[in-house]
Amino acid sequence: MIEIHNLSKRYDNQPLFKGLHLTITKGSVVTLIGPSGSGKSTLLRCMNGLEGFQKGHISVNGQKLYGTHEQNYNKAQVPLTLKNIRRKVGMVFQQFNLFPHMTVLHNITESPTHVLGISQVEAESNAISLLKKVHLEGKAESHPGQLSGGEQQRVAIARALAMMPEAMLFDEPTSSLDPEMIEEVLAVIKDLVSEGMTTVIATHEMGFARDVSTDVVFLEKGEIIEEGEPKELFSNPRNDRTKAFLSRFMK
Amino acid sequence: MNYKLLFTRCILLLQICLSVIYFSSTNSFAYQNTLEKVKSSGVLIWGFDAEGGAPYVFHDPKHPSKLIGFEVELVEAIARELGVKVQHFQNAWDSILLSLQRGDFDIALNGIEITPDREPSVLFTRPYYVYAEQIVVRTADNRINSLEDLRGKKVGTLYNTVAKRMLEEMGGVTVNIYSGQVEPFKDLSLSRIDAVFVDLPIASYYAMPNPQLRLVGEPAGEGYYGIAVRKEDTALAEEMNNIIEKLLRTGELKKIYSRWGLWNASQEKLFLHEELLQKYTEIPASALEKTSPAVITFLPTLLKGALVTVGISILSMMFAVGLGLLLAIMRLYGNTWVQKISTAYIEIYRGTPLLIQLYILYYGLPNIGITLSAFAAAILGLGMNYAAYEAEIYRAGIQSIPKGQTEAALSLGMSKRLALKRIILPQAFRITIPPMTNDFIALFKDSSLVSVIAMVELTKSYSILASASMNFFKLGIITALLYFGMSYPLSLYARKLEKKLRLHDRNP
Repeated sequence: MIEIHNLSKRYDNQPLFKGLHLTITKGSVVTLIGPSGSGKSTLLRCMNGLEGFQKGHISVNGQKLYGTHEQNYNKAQVPLTLKNIRRKVGMVFQQFNLFPHMTVLHNITESPTHVLGISQVEAESNAISLLKKVHLEGKAESHPGQLSGGEQQRVAIARALAMMPEAMLFDEPTSSLDPEMIEEVLAVIKDLVSEGMTTVIATHEMGFARDVSTDVVFLEKGEIIEEGEPKELFSNPRNDRTKAFLSRFMK
Repeated sequence: MNYKLLFTRCILLLQICLSVIYFSSTNSFAYQNTLEKVKSSGVLIWGFDAEGGAPYVFHDPKHPSKLIGFEVELVEAIARELGVKVQHFQNAWDSILLSLQRGDFDIALNGIEITPDREPSVLFTRPYYVYAEQIVVRTADNRINSLEDLRGKKVGTLYNTVAKRMLEEMGGVTVNIYSGQVEPFKDLSLSRIDAVFVDLPIASYYAMPNPQLRLVGEPAGEGYYGIAVRKEDTALAEEMNNIIEKLLRTGELKKIYSRWGLWNASQEKLFLHEELLQKYTEIPASALEKTSPAVITFLPTLLKGALVTVGISILSMMFAVGLGLLLAIMRLYGNTWVQKISTAYIEIYRGTPLLIQLYILYYGLPNIGITLSAFAAAILGLGMNYAAYEAEIYRAGIQSIPKGQTEAALSLGMSKRLALKRIILPQAFRITIPPMTNDFIALFKDSSLVSVIAMVELTKSYSILASASMNFFKLGIITALLYFGMSYPLSLYARKLEKKLRLHDRNP
């Protein structure tokens, strides 16, 4: 479903990725773990074109994004490729990024009606069932500012799902939440995963990663240090750096 | 910094300012009367408006620092007779009698017609010139041949003159009122108006050398220019009368007027004694009743002016908001060249006076073949100027929206354009409401500047009425109240709107 091939990215003269490879198969649940600044978020953002990169390519659902220094890079083509990718891949942000000037319902229907051309009536009935799914059916007419962080993040998930994506990217979805709200968001993601949604999650929630992932990827300084099934990686890490990182987290 | 010290210094500064104001405003109180003051100081202070123009008093085109005109020569002759020197006092013509009353100068002599409505406020000497009103048309235009033909036409005249009143009394004439003498002739050449109706000296001076224009019909509404002095200065007026008499008898006056091509048979009437002169221009009796009307009678004119002000303000603000948004988007999202164009526009329009921009639009553009109506020029001028400010407000507003909003919109498949339209601008707009309201109120008041291009809006209506009735105080208060009455609800509405929009932003 998503294939990252020889990805290289640098900020000015600060290299981040130096030829990174990663394959995410359909239906898999991949969690990206690693210390802050290891490149988890950047990797996710590269996958839907919010960040550019210089070398290699990322292929999503057959759509290929090339690095700006690649021969195949065609600037004129980029917007179309991005459009195709973003319609198939939903994204949930650490800061929720709900649209504060719209009601919850409107947040969810905005893109389906304006991008996919779905009728308002249909978009609204979809939105209501999505709100039920994230247990917020009573909040349709609220504005984001009136919701708690956990509620906002669940709306953000419903909003991304309204575009009927084939894959979901979660960029540290619980990192800016109060502890008591983390569970309600994770529960929603778990539901989603159990339905077979292809999912990539950058997270610091190790217990959650162990429970839901089919694959865990440990990143440090832009490099994949270790990759494997969660049982294997968490209970029996092979690399010393993975061990050091996990031991700090598993205390 | 020691606050006590700072405070003392502020007080000291204030004292210095106040004493400067005090000493600069004390003038002739030491003398019995103005004539005595003039004689003992050896200086006659003469109030006039050189902007009023030729052939009265104007700057010599060859030596722009020098004033010339038949009135300059007349005043010099008077001063010579008095044995004193002339000191010039430039004053806007509209308020020349007011400044005379305030004591800014000793005499006002600048084509001031002796009219019944002016007599209560100042004292006039015997006439020094017999004027009449003259029609000027385009050479090629045969439609207008007499005063009657002006009905249904657009006629330019000067602010606060007998000609203007005659036109208004006629009825059925669309009167365009100008402050300067050059502009009506310019507009006439540009076919913005059909005719100009002004004092003969002005008409001959500006229209004669211009092959595009010609004088038609007999001069009408004969009247007199007099020297105005303060009511109490009877001695000075008496002295002036004697000097005028003398200049007449010696033929010096005739010489001066002939030099300027202004002597004609009518001037013989100056020799008549005052009682024999028909004192005023013949104007219908209804005009005479206006001498001291109740303030309430001015309201319809003021309200009409207010309506023009509101119309101009709203239309130009709409224009400014639209163009400003375009400029902001060009500056934020355009390529390098587009950005440069937008930046240059903003800097130029913010960095030059609105008044100059209006002059260029209205009087400058016809040179390259673009002739705008006064209304269009007013809206374009104000709108284009304020667009520069609105653009910066929008830019700040757009930039204050977190980047995450755009990212969220893009990740939902929206194009950059759609994200801007649906997500960013609506949020930016809310932030810009308070500064935009501020600007709208400022524009509302700045709209008075368009009076320079012959638009009669509220401020202009006020100054026309006030200088005609000499009632600057009451009318001023009423006009200010009208402005306030229109701008205050606007602030209230903006505050309400802002509150309503902010309601949704409450963070948990």
